[in-house]
Amino acid sequence: MHPAPSVILFTTLSGLGFGLLFWLGLGLPAVTGRTAFVFFTIAYLLAVGGLAASSFHLGRPDRAWRAFSQWKTSWLSREACCAVLALLTMAAYGAALVFAQTRLPLLGALGAVLSLGTVLTTAMIYTQLRTVPRWHQPLTPALFLSLSLAGGALLAGQTDLALWLLPLAGAILIAHWQLGDSALARSGTTLASATGLGHIGHVRAFEPPHTGPNYLMREMVFVVGRKHALKLRTIALCLGIVLPVALLLLPFSHLLGALAVLSHLAGVATARWLFFAEAEHVVGLYYGKR
Amino acid sequence: MTQLPDRTDRKLGLVIDLDTCVGCHACVISCKGWNTENESAPLSDQDAYGTAPSGTFLNRVHSYEIQPDTGPAQLVHFPKSCLHCEDAPCVTVCPTGASYKRVEDGIVLVNEDHCIGCGLCAWSCPYGARELDLAAGVMKKCTLCVDRIYNTHLDEEDRVPACVRTCPAGARHFGDLGDPDSDVSRLVAERGGAELMPEQGTRPVNRYLPPRPRDQWQADPAPAALAPVADTPTGFPGWLDKALEKL
Repeated sequence: MHPAPSVILFTTLSGLGFGLLFWLGLGLPAVTGRTAFVFFTIAYLLAVGGLAASSFHLGRPDRAWRAFSQWKTSWLSREACCAVLALLTMAAYGAALVFAQTRLPLLGALGAVLSLGTVLTTAMIYTQLRTVPRWHQPLTPALFLSLSLAGGALLAGQTDLALWLLPLAGAILIAHWQLGDSALARSGTTLASATGLGHIGHVRAFEPPHTGPNYLMREMVFVVGRKHALKLRTIALCLGIVLPVALLLLPFSHLLGALAVLSHLAGVATARWLFFAEAEHVVGLYYGKR
Repeated sequence: MTQLPDRTDRKLGLVIDLDTCVGCHACVISCKGWNTENESAPLSDQDAYGTAPSGTFLNRVHSYEIQPDTGPAQLVHFPKSCLHCEDAPCVTVCPTGASYKRVEDGIVLVNEDHCIGCGLCAWSCPYGARELDLAAGVMKKCTLCVDRIYNTHLDEEDRVPACVRTCPAGARHFGDLGDPDSDVSRLVAERGGAELMPEQGTRPVNRYLPPRPRDQWQADPAPAALAPVADTPTGFPGWLDKALEKL
């Protein structure tokens, strides 16, 4: 799949932002007043910034409001609804913390559930696609949720939690790669099933339907990333998981904490780039590619 | 609404005869013509007369080589457009309700005034039947020429999809695949019409008739294909490729 920068930015930043909102909703850390204002500002910049970035890949962003209507069937619509509900709930909860020094634990818990729900609905947009076997597996939501919880804990300064959650996210990341590598073969979709001609003999793409590239090939047949997959996976794992854990184990300082967050962010962005670049869409089979 | 109907009154669709198709691409051109000149947003081209032309098409003809265990390879021309699936994943993923499946005839359509061009329906389609038009910013797909088939201003014989009307080989058939006694259903039964990618669970309506068995002859098998000479990426991917190569 084509790794569109807007979608990578969106899922990386908003995943981190909603992860932070989740922990803030649970009162971890139990901040009020000015400190709470800083935490909530960071969380909203990440979450809303990510959402804004996602609108750049729309063909007609002026009609984006219509995306709230089809929550009965569409995970993308559910994500839009869930994100707005989470942001509104957490805004009320945050306003009480900042301006009234009051913690409303039930409202916070509701906001936390909605924040995590937003991450889950984002993950389900990809998980539901049977056409991309690498994404169509239970570990995809687990990956998005664990990365969001780990990054959120890191940003919320919850060192003890982050030290558990980062390795967990790392393990799920590795497992997702492992299972993903054989997903297309296990899906049973081949050029033979795509053409219905496999009973005659071995089917090979002989001539494409046109001489230039088209929307389908630009969007769904992206192969550059796979050549360096192993190197990029190592980079993602080192920056996203290993380095932040090492920095957290050192005596605490704000500088090391900030470095850990930046390193984690770069690692998750790399992993997210690979998430798209490595994913094979079955339509590639019609073009003799994968 | 993006909820699929439990059942549709009819299942209009195409039956494509791979034995008869000569790969002339006339259906591609007539489709582009009709759907550019009529009600919906035109099928735009980008850089049409430049060095890298590209454009939106609702119907494309691939060609495949089939190598049997014995005997010579066969060449099959393979037109592909929307299969108007009964369990159309492109409909249920749509966040705006722009994509829908009609109860009266099963045609899958896009309301271009509601489409936000997010592209998720194209991702959900295993067949590559949907293309985002870069000029209009909305998703385009085969309408089964819904503006022809019920159009009483046209002569009776023209009330079929443009691709069917234009096919010089008679390789494309249009009809109700929900009616077991229709011409198209009988053709599918007689010739063993196939579903594409049944494992994807989309339950497509369109069917493909496999090529009839060829005469037997004795010949050497085809030589192995050569590896591609150069596929070096350029621009940012090229830079990334080189930078990572050096690591």
